Amino acid sequence: MDLIAFQHVDKRFGAHRVLVDANIAIRQGETLTVIGGSGTGKSVFLKLLLGILRPERGRILFRGKNVPEMSERELIEMRRHIGMLFQGSALFDSLTVAENVAYPLRVHFDYSEAEREHIVQTRLEMVGLAGIEKMMPADLSGGMRKRVGLARAIATEPDVILYDEPTTGLDPANTKRIARLIQELQQKLRATSIIVTHDMDFAFSVTDRVAMLHQKRFAFVGTKDEAMHSDNPVVQDFIHGELESAST
Amino acid sequence: MLASHRYERSALPMAPSIFHPREFLISLGERFLGMIGLIGGITTLALRTLSSLFRHKLAVNEFFYQLVAVGNRSISIVWLIALFTGMVFSLQLAVGLGRFGLKMYIGQIIGIAIFRELGPVLTSLMIAARVGSGIAAELGSMVVTEQVLAIEAMGANPIQKLVVPRLLATLFSALILTTTANLIGLLGGALIAISEADVTLQFYFDQIRNTVILEDFTSGIVKAGFFGFVIAIIACYHGLTTSGGTEGVGESTTRSVVHASITVFILDLFLTKLFLVF
Repeated sequence: MDLIAFQHVDKRFGAHRVLVDANIAIRQGETLTVIGGSGTGKSVFLKLLLGILRPERGRILFRGKNVPEMSERELIEMRRHIGMLFQGSALFDSLTVAENVAYPLRVHFDYSEAEREHIVQTRLEMVGLAGIEKMMPADLSGGMRKRVGLARAIATEPDVILYDEPTTGLDPANTKRIARLIQELQQKLRATSIIVTHDMDFAFSVTDRVAMLHQKRFAFVGTKDEAMHSDNPVVQDFIHGELESAST
Repeated sequence: MLASHRYERSALPMAPSIFHPREFLISLGERFLGMIGLIGGITTLALRTLSSLFRHKLAVNEFFYQLVAVGNRSISIVWLIALFTGMVFSLQLAVGLGRFGLKMYIGQIIGIAIFRELGPVLTSLMIAARVGSGIAAELGSMVVTEQVLAIEAMGANPIQKLVVPRLLATLFSALILTTTANLIGLLGGALIAISEADVTLQFYFDQIRNTVILEDFTSGIVKAGFFGFVIAIIACYHGLTTSGGTEGVGESTTRSVVHASITVFILDLFLTKLFLVF
């Protein structure tokens, strides 16, 4: 059975339609990259999956349960199994690095202070940032903030990790580091990863399958080889356009 | 010179008519619908916050942090305004009542005015300006940097984590600040009454004690509680509905102060009437 499925999903904001009859199935343990131009609904797709937005029509299944029909308690339980890395990291400015990473642990578990500290330390070590627990987010570089965001996303050892534009604003060295980290986490945690990105080099370096949002629906879903050799001109234009622009 | 000016004006191409009834009505309708939407949004947030208040455990640390932050932001300005309001009011009364030879009654009027009206309203306006704007800006910044979304995505409730502690902190601060502002306002009035109206300190406070009843104090304090509640809810609403990046944060902050100030005055009228009836 698929872990996540979007079935005939429509989403609009006022008169503006973002998704129309969107369909996709995501398997347990795979890494799926969602590509598409700006404003095609990639971030909306993630918010729908988390139950933060509700679709006008269609079903969004997480382990067979329809997310829009979940109770508040069920939604909280589902979100325990999903970690998310945000585009701008979304670290809480008023909390230290350790408190940021511990945040989802406080929400979902009754760990002792010592247990929480141990988990925070482990997660920060996993992203190569041990020893910065007491620092404030404002004192970190963009790359470090992303990695702290990643440590927070994996704090609860989620089954699904969502990455919203994980390389935006990063230099090439940090982009490679994030790509390597995602691959390492993939092997260690065996999590299902959904990555929303414009960065095709990065996408092809970490993904198993590619899904392209175009004209309000998934115009293409396939492996990265299928994407590379697709006859679909939209996919080719996007992939090559992005690759060319990335290389110049 | 005048003739040439007239010539230049008449040589200009015909200016388009300024008043378009259709556009005016559409704009009026849009504004009306916008206002209904705003009131609906604020009411919904207020109801969800009250529901969260009774359903979820209070984030005690965050509440005390917010209480100290609210107090720090507003205490000096509230006390300063209270002191000068008392002084100016006393000065005006010394002149006005002096015309009828009634200067000695300054204390009575100041007491009732400050406890029933000036204390709660002016304190609340200062809270709307200092605290409301701070809340709207802080929450607005959290929205545009996706921190609020992160709270939700991690399974926490933004209303419970963000709105409830700020609401309670603003409400309690409004009560405490209004009480202290009342006393400082009376002291300010006393300073001028003694120096300008030849009233002794003892007589001034005797007048207040003999005139001001408990109901005057409680009606002002209850008003302050209501004002604190609406200021916090309006600020949280504008903060949480911020869009459009940093520019949007500025707009939310301004809207929060304007809407909270207007609401304080409107609510003041209804609460005053209500207290007079019951």
